Amino acid sequence: MLQKVKNNPLEDEAIYIFREVAGQFEKPAILFSGGKDSITLVHLAKKAFYPGKIPFPLLHIDTGHNFPEVIALRDKLVKELDLDLKVHYVQDSIDAGIVKEETGKYASRNKLQIETLLQAIETHGFDACIGGARRDEEKARAKERIFSVRDDFGQWDEKNQRPEVFDMLNGRIDFGQNVRVFPISNWTELDVWNYIQRENIEIPSIYMAHKRKVFERDNLLWPANDAVVYREEDEIVTEKTVRFRTVGDMSCTAAVESFAFEIDQVVHEIKQSNLSERGARIDDKRSEAAMEQRKQQGYF
Amino acid sequence: MNTSKNQVLKISTSGSVDDGKSTLIGRILYDTKSLKQDKLKAIEENSIKKGYDYLDFSLATDGLTAEREQGITIDVAHIYFSSPNRSYIIADTPGHIEYTRNMITGTSTSDVSLILIDARNGVVEQTRRHYFINSLLRVKEVIVVINKMDLIGYDQQRFQSIIEDFKKLTENTDFKDQKVTFIPVSALHGENVVNPSENFRWYDGKTLMQVLEDLKVEETQEAAHARFQIQTVIRPKKESLHDFRGYAGKLRGGELKINDEVTILPSETKSTIKSIEFYDQQYESASKGSSITITLKDEVNVSRGDLIVKTQEKPLIAKELKAIICWMDKTPLLSSTMLYLQHGVKQVKSKITSIDYKIKSSFNGTTEKTDKLNMNDLGLVNIKVGQPLYFDTYKENKDNGVFILIDGKTNATAGVGFIQ
Repeated sequence: MLQKVKNNPLEDEAIYIFREVAGQFEKPAILFSGGKDSITLVHLAKKAFYPGKIPFPLLHIDTGHNFPEVIALRDKLVKELDLDLKVHYVQDSIDAGIVKEETGKYASRNKLQIETLLQAIETHGFDACIGGARRDEEKARAKERIFSVRDDFGQWDEKNQRPEVFDMLNGRIDFGQNVRVFPISNWTELDVWNYIQRENIEIPSIYMAHKRKVFERDNLLWPANDAVVYREEDEIVTEKTVRFRTVGDMSCTAAVESFAFEIDQVVHEIKQSNLSERGARIDDKRSEAAMEQRKQQGYF
Repeated sequence: MNTSKNQVLKISTSGSVDDGKSTLIGRILYDTKSLKQDKLKAIEENSIKKGYDYLDFSLATDGLTAEREQGITIDVAHIYFSSPNRSYIIADTPGHIEYTRNMITGTSTSDVSLILIDARNGVVEQTRRHYFINSLLRVKEVIVVINKMDLIGYDQQRFQSIIEDFKKLTENTDFKDQKVTFIPVSALHGENVVNPSENFRWYDGKTLMQVLEDLKVEETQEAAHARFQIQTVIRPKKESLHDFRGYAGKLRGGELKINDEVTILPSETKSTIKSIEFYDQQYESASKGSSITITLKDEVNVSRGDLIVKTQEKPLIAKELKAIICWMDKTPLLSSTMLYLQHGVKQVKSKITSIDYKIKSSFNGTTEKTDKLNMNDLGLVNIKVGQPLYFDTYKENKDNGVFILIDGKTNATAGVGFIQ
């Protein structure tokens, strides 16, 4: 006996958004970092177009400071779903002299990604880039639209955004502009984890507790990898059992001590946690308006 | 996700400048323990920096630099929290007159509305405006939060007289199913928000949070006919699925079942539902809100924007319609303006043929003649569309009775219309 479709408002909304992207744009792409949010996006896209294939390529902006576990899973996913993966390298932008490598204690390639991303968008002529940003992550992101228009320079004009009434999404743009699309805007960190657990979605192993060499700075645990993450002599490396709550560039992602080896334990830990998800993101700590400023320049 | 966790209650908030809306939201987050330690620490540090002797919770919600500088909320912010029972999304909308379009935006996606009133000022022009918009959008559950009760000595008489004043507004509405609840609170001191307070011994109702917790999402919705607008046609390029044609969309209103007799509009072709699918599973039926894929028994020509309805439940069909418009753009709306009209996912060319009247900004029910609508004006207009629309009145079906207007030159979403 067949059942009635269960409503899951967040999943229904995300699928609706994916289908609008397919309906309204010529050349969309999914921005794929390999983190849990972008993996969730791919899972939702798979559902939105089943039994058809996901009709968009994945675009990965590679900082060169990756966690190998993340890249391995990315490649596996691409193969399984027969996707088109496009990778653009921050290193290429550095070599071409478009951006300058940061130096010093807090050097990171996080901000350098912006230029590489904008170039990739221009090269491929993408008119819509689907990202896994969520409004609950950060207060500037709380102001973001589901269809967020960017000008020729990728800039976000936060004071002049299109109102989004009911569920109608207006994707009309001029040539040269593009839209950033956020299908899981209304999900919280816990919603994503609950979904990963329910749907049994494979995520990189570094989200689960594992032994890792780390050093302590500003009450955060930084991954010890001297080739990538700058470390001062008095910052002592120790081995700890840790996991990551967000996965970004290795040089801007801190770990937390954890013994959550299984997804169920991770979900439990997040419910109990006293620290917000981006509390371990060093890139947000630069100033109160750090995210807003990066978004104005084209960050997603 | 268990069934109850799938529930999301969407709340919009509106109030005048300085009614303490951000403080109220901050208080809800704080008292439901939704503010994480690092965010709380940031609020503490910023409060000290600004020289406040209390925690300024508005710093948790005002995300833009300009907002923090001016101490006001400019744009709709979305705030998330959860109770052990379910998730909540608050659309925090600004109270400034010039930002009323944001209030409509926030309210349009919400199940329940909170209207804030400063107990010292009572019902003011902004309150009337906010209530009017709630009635126009047919929000079934309205909660009037009378804040800053601490500043008037928790005066019960004053609370009662504000209720009386507010009830004069509700007498004018034609929306009889609307339920209005009044709650006295002090957001600053956290009284009657999540936790009750000794200072409200005379109040025997629920706290704000208790009212929200007891609300069922289904109770906030009105019954409507099934409207299934096609977003995309799924045709897999695989040999095994050569004949598969899936019509993907989100069901607006009502319910669809296998074997339902349906009509496809605009072609008026009739067919029968063969299957209802969600990802790799088949289902018997689906209801409002589900993003499903359906297949039909006959090979028919269906494309994006077409509407599938039950043959017994046809919508209205017209090339000319009347709608209440809220204008949202800096450039005024003039009659004879050409615009794109987006109805659900379908965009058509349209032209405003005439403006009957605009609603006076006093919101006492009077109207005036005008030849244009300025930003934030509401008015009744006549619109002609390039292709027939298959619609319901907003009263009959919220999703199928609403549209947006897009300026063809700037691509901005310039207005929203409620079909009368």
